[in-house]
Amino acid sequence: MKLAGFLFLLAGWGIVLSAVVLLTSALPRGGFVLAGMGVEAVGLILVVRSHLLLRGERG
Amino acid sequence: MALCILCILLVPFAGAGLAFVNTGLGRSRSAAHSMLAALCVMAVAALVYVICGFAGQGFIGRPAHVFTVAGKEWNWIAAEPLFLRGLPLDGSPASLAAWLQMLSVGLAALIPLGAGADRWRLRACCLSTALLAGLTYPLFAHWVWGGGWLAQLGVNYGLGRGFVDAGGASTIQVVGGLTALAISWILGPRRSKYSLEGMPAAIPGHNAVLVLFACLLALLGWLGLNCAGAMLFTGAEPGRTVLIAVNTTLAAASSALVAAVITGIRFGKPDASLSANGWIGGLVASSAACAFITPAAAIVIGLVAGTLVIFAVEWFELRMAVDDPGGAISVHAVAGIWGVLAVGFFAHFPSRVLNVVSGPSSWSSDSNQWVAQLVGVATLLGFVLPLTYCLNWFLNRFYPQRVPAEGERQGMDLYELGAGAYPEFATYTDDFMQR
Repeated sequence: MKLAGFLFLLAGWGIVLSAVVLLTSALPRGGFVLAGMGVEAVGLILVVRSHLLLRGERG
Repeated sequence: MALCILCILLVPFAGAGLAFVNTGLGRSRSAAHSMLAALCVMAVAALVYVICGFAGQGFIGRPAHVFTVAGKEWNWIAAEPLFLRGLPLDGSPASLAAWLQMLSVGLAALIPLGAGADRWRLRACCLSTALLAGLTYPLFAHWVWGGGWLAQLGVNYGLGRGFVDAGGASTIQVVGGLTALAISWILGPRRSKYSLEGMPAAIPGHNAVLVLFACLLALLGWLGLNCAGAMLFTGAEPGRTVLIAVNTTLAAASSALVAAVITGIRFGKPDASLSANGWIGGLVASSAACAFITPAAAIVIGLVAGTLVIFAVEWFELRMAVDDPGGAISVHAVAGIWGVLAVGFFAHFPSRVLNVVSGPSSWSSDSNQWVAQLVGVATLLGFVLPLTYCLNWFLNRFYPQRVPAEGERQGMDLYELGAGAYPEFATYTDDFMQR
C-alpha cells in the first residue's frame, strides 16, 4: 500500500506537469492542476494508512 | 552588496534558534546529543553543499542542463563544477548566493532533528544530512532559485511571475519538513509515546525557557534570511528590506499570539511550547511572500499559520500516529506550504521583479500566480517527499537509523556520547514503563 501511495504521489505530480505543458486556457489548466493535487492527496492518505497499519501490526 | 552580506551574517542565528527549539522540546537526557547533532549536521551540510551541492543548484544565468518540451526550455539542473570551482568568491550575487546556501542547507538539515529527537543516531543524522545537502535540496533549490523550470513557469507558460519564494519557505522549510516526516515514519515513535491501545502520552519538553529564548534568536536569523533571499533570488531592491523585516516580525507575532489564544481557550491556559511553535510557524509562513505583501496581509498569513500549526501538531500526533517531539512537520512543512500558497493570494509584485529569470522587459502580469504556486506545492508533495523518503529508506536498510531500545532507555547522551548534558540531574526511568 505504501508503494501504491508513493506511485499516486508521483502520478499526481505527472498530471500537474502535463496540465502545465499541454493546456493553454487558464480554467482547464487550473482544474487539472487541482485534479493532480487531488491524486496526490489520495497518495498521501494511502502512505499514512500503510504506516498506521504497520504500527498496528507491530503493536 | 554590504546590506546583503550583513543579512547573511544574521542567518546562523536561525540555526541557533532551531537547535535550541529542538533541544528544549526533547528530553533532558538527550540534550547534549541534540546540540551536538545540530552542530554536526550544520557542518556536514556546509561541506557536502560546497563539494557537490552547489554543482547541482547553481545560480541564475550560470551553466545549466536544459531540455526542450513543446518548444519550451526546461532548465532542470545546474552544470557547475564540484568544490565551487569556477565561481569567483568576490561578492558577486552568485558567490553571495553560494554562501547563503551553505547556511540555509544547514537550516533545512536541522529541521528533521526535531522530528527524530530522542531516537535518531548521530551517524545516521549526518548520513541523512549528506543526502539532503548533496541531492534533495540542491535539486529543488535549483528549480526555484537557480533559474530552474519552476522559476520559468511565468516566462514559459504565463503563470504569473513563475514560482516565487523569496526567503525559502519551500526550498528550506518544506523540504526540511517533508524530510522530517519521512524520518519520523522510518524511525517510528519513541517507545513510551503510545500505549498498546494507540493513545499518545504527553512527553513535555525539558526546557521551556530555552525554547522561548530560541524564538527570539530565530527572529533575528529569519530577518537576515528573508532579506538576503529576497534580494538575491527575487531581485528585490535593498530599500525593500524594511518592508520584509516588518512583515516577518508581524507574521511571527500574530502567529504566536493566535497560538497562545487557541491553546488558552482549548486547554484553559496558554501552552508555552505550542506558542513557540506558532512563532516559528509564523516566521516560516512569512518567508515566501515577505517582500511582496502589505503588513496587513502578513498579519493574516501569521494568524492562519499559527492556527494551522496548533491543529496540525495535534492531528499528526493523534490521527497519524507520527511522533514529532519538536513539531517540525507542522511548523516547517504545513506552515511552509501555507506560506507558499499565500504568495498566490496576497502578493503584488513591483513591475520590474520577474523572479530574476529573463523575460520580456514589459512583463507585468500577475494572473495565474496561484497556479504557479500550486505547481510548486505539487512538486514538493509529488516529487520531493517520495525522493527524500526513498533516500532515507535505503539509508536505513544499510545503516539502521534508530538507536536500539537500550539507547532510548539510557538516553541518547549516555548511550551515544558517554556523558549527559546535566550530570547533576537525577534520571528517572518510570516513563519507559509500557502503558
